[in-house]
Amino acid sequence: MSHEFFLEVSGLGKDFAPVAFTRGPVVRAVQDVSFRIRRGEVVGLVGESGSGKTTIGRMVAQLIEPTSGSIRFDGVETTSLTRRELRRLHARVQYIFQDPFASLSPRMTIGEILMEGLDIQRIGSKSERVTKATESLASVDLPPDAICRYPHEFSGGQRQRIGIARALTLAPDLIVADEPVSALDVSIQAQIVNLLRDLQMRLGLTMLFIAHDLAVVEYVADTVIVLYLGRIMEMAPSRALYASPQHPYTRALLSAVPSPDPSRHTVRQILKGDIPSPANPPSGCVFRTRCPVAVEACANVVPPLREGAKGHFKACIRDDLD
Amino acid sequence: MNAEPILEISGLTTVFRIGDGEIAAVRDLSLAVATGETVALVGESGSGKSVTSLSIMGLLPRGVGRIAAGKVQLRRKSGELVELQSLGGEALRRVRGNDIGMVFQEPLTSLNPVYTIGEQIAEPIRIHLGKSHREALADAIQRLEDVGIPDPRRRARQYPHELSGGMRQRATIAMALACNPTLLIADEPTTALDVTIQAQILDLLGQLQKERGMGMLFVTHNLGVVAEIADRVAVMYAGSVVETGSVARVFSHPRHPYTKGLMRSVPRLGTATLLKEAGTPLPTIAGSVPSLMNLPQGCPFAPRCPYRIEACSEAYPKLADAGEGQLSRCIRWQEI
Ligand SMILES: Nc1ncnc2c1ncn2[C@@H]1O[C@H](COP(=O)(O)OP(=O)(O)OP(=O)(O)O)[C@@H](O)[C@H]1O
Ligand SMILES: Nc1ncnc2c1ncn2[C@@H]1O[C@H](COP(=O)(O)OP(=O)(O)OP(=O)(O)O)[C@@H](O)[C@H]1O
Ligand code: SF4
Ligand code: SF4
Ligand SMILES: [Mg+2]
Ligand SMILES: [Mg+2]
Repeated sequence: MSHEFFLEVSGLGKDFAPVAFTRGPVVRAVQDVSFRIRRGEVVGLVGESGSGKTTIGRMVAQLIEPTSGSIRFDGVETTSLTRRELRRLHARVQYIFQDPFASLSPRMTIGEILMEGLDIQRIGSKSERVTKATESLASVDLPPDAICRYPHEFSGGQRQRIGIARALTLAPDLIVADEPVSALDVSIQAQIVNLLRDLQMRLGLTMLFIAHDLAVVEYVADTVIVLYLGRIMEMAPSRALYASPQHPYTRALLSAVPSPDPSRHTVRQILKGDIPSPANPPSGCVFRTRCPVAVEACANVVPPLREGAKGHFKACIRDDLD
Repeated sequence: MNAEPILEISGLTTVFRIGDGEIAAVRDLSLAVATGETVALVGESGSGKSVTSLSIMGLLPRGVGRIAAGKVQLRRKSGELVELQSLGGEALRRVRGNDIGMVFQEPLTSLNPVYTIGEQIAEPIRIHLGKSHREALADAIQRLEDVGIPDPRRRARQYPHELSGGMRQRATIAMALACNPTLLIADEPTTALDVTIQAQILDLLGQLQKERGMGMLFVTHNLGVVAEIADRVAVMYAGSVVETGSVARVFSHPRHPYTKGLMRSVPRLGTATLLKEAGTPLPTIAGSVPSLMNLPQGCPFAPRCPYRIEACSEAYPKLADAGEGQLSRCIRWQEI
């Protein structure tokens, strides 16, 4: 059975309770998030620090449990799965981490790292596992002799390639890539973005690509979701989002990215104030305390995510902005 | 801009002891910052930007790092010229925080968690300017106001952990400016911040610099930030300045293959979609940064350089004058 949408997330929410023995407030990390990913599609998730990107990624990858809402894989509701079924699901969703240094065990050879997942899932014979590992190394353009070397012998970019290779060995249905290039130098970032795009096209990967940098997501993502304080502000096909952003927050975010081209300097819109604490988000529209076009009504209701042009959604009550 | 330099570095070479040998983390670096001018030091991780700023401030780790050659000359507020590399600890402390203000990437490393914000800003004012406790605290509150912190009186009584990341960075800027320095050294001051907060801080620094006519040395790996804030730029690669000149010239007509490659590989909003639709990969620089332990012979960029010829591996290229103040450490600069 194969559903058009491989992943369907609806009404997803996550609250974090205060640390034990403190009377801190509950953190509303993610609230009422819904989106879908088609097979072979890449959805980009962008937002500033603390907006809930990693929390969403971890819920999708079944690493943490949602407080509310549902996650369906291939039409199957995951909150109702047994332990055993969940374990099988784990192999189908792979997570690529931001920090290529911290995410690879220093004492394991690259070969052991790549085969770990296959070993755990008891997939294939020993020699088949080696073949799989060598294949995924080749697909990320690393030499076969890397298999018996250790992580510290590789540069940051190469380690991120190893992280990608590890995710590929299990031939997952979905990859959650959490800021896979944020820790890398500019000249290496583009190499990895190209690699991910190339793999995605060749292998038809379905991917949730998380980044705080709008410019990084653009090349990989078919659809982009913009988050702020745990909520979706805007969601649109990549081209439309960059060419005609609709939500005031997306516009501000795009305008805040400094351009290296001296000739392209336009007047920048600088948002005032700080991002409020997710422990105490503003009522109504969560962006209203910094929104340059907020009106009184913005405090009253949480703006629903509404579709304007086809496939272009925004959560803002104002339709009178050009 | 031909104002007189506040800071003039010439032929700086800084080495670190590693095992039995030494590596040059900064190699033959020359740079000047004039009054009212912002100079950016840009380069990828490990290229020697922070080591350069630590060398200026005399903050190299003792027994491990040292200035092996070169001169770092500073014009103090009094007009006196001093050579920082030959000053002793006590004399250097009188310069740091007084004539030179410093801002680092992580505000929490420059703020002490057990003192209030106000006390921390007041301290250098008392020490360097000899003001009383009360006067210094009043000045500190004024500084907090200068950097756009709302309700400065209340904030002065708070501790660092009670402030958001952006607010803390404003507080460290207030501390750096406490004694009205003539030179501000900012090492990745916005790297840990969100992009909307980064925009606020860049705006603030630009404004403060203009008002006070300070010189500013701004260290960053972000070319967009350089274009936003700096007048001149020095591009570093593996410890060497490979190209320098006005931002306008260097960024629009780079004369070094590394600068050119870097400019091409910066993701630009709106252009990736076009490349994607055309099926073209993003431009990249092949390979990775060499380790300082085994730098290639001759030009350090040679293994990754599309313009490489045999002569490139023969000698370490000199900085060639490409005109209008632009210098390139490439033997083929005329063809770039
Ligand atoms: N285990 C946890 N316990 C308590 N709070 C948490 C936990 N994990 C995340 N949070 C909080 O939830 C909110 C969302 O965090 P999350 O890590 O998802 O953000 P993010 O968008 O990935 O940010 P970043 O860009 O910094 O990685 C933050 O306020 C964070 O402090
Ligand atoms: N204490 C130290 N001991 C040995 N080597 C050091 C030390 N500090 C820095 N280095 C080396 O000096 C080189 C330059 O480092 P530096 O910190 O100046 O880089 P950077 O350009 O500031 O990079 P980043 O963008 O990562 O901050 C690096 O190769 C680094 O490993
Ligand atoms: S709903 Fe109001 S506050 Fe929110 S983005 Fe729209 S105009 Fe701004
Ligand atoms: S000197 Fe040679 S290798 Fe170095 S940048 Fe110039 S052309 Fe390239
Ligand atoms: Mg995260
Ligand atoms: Mg540094």
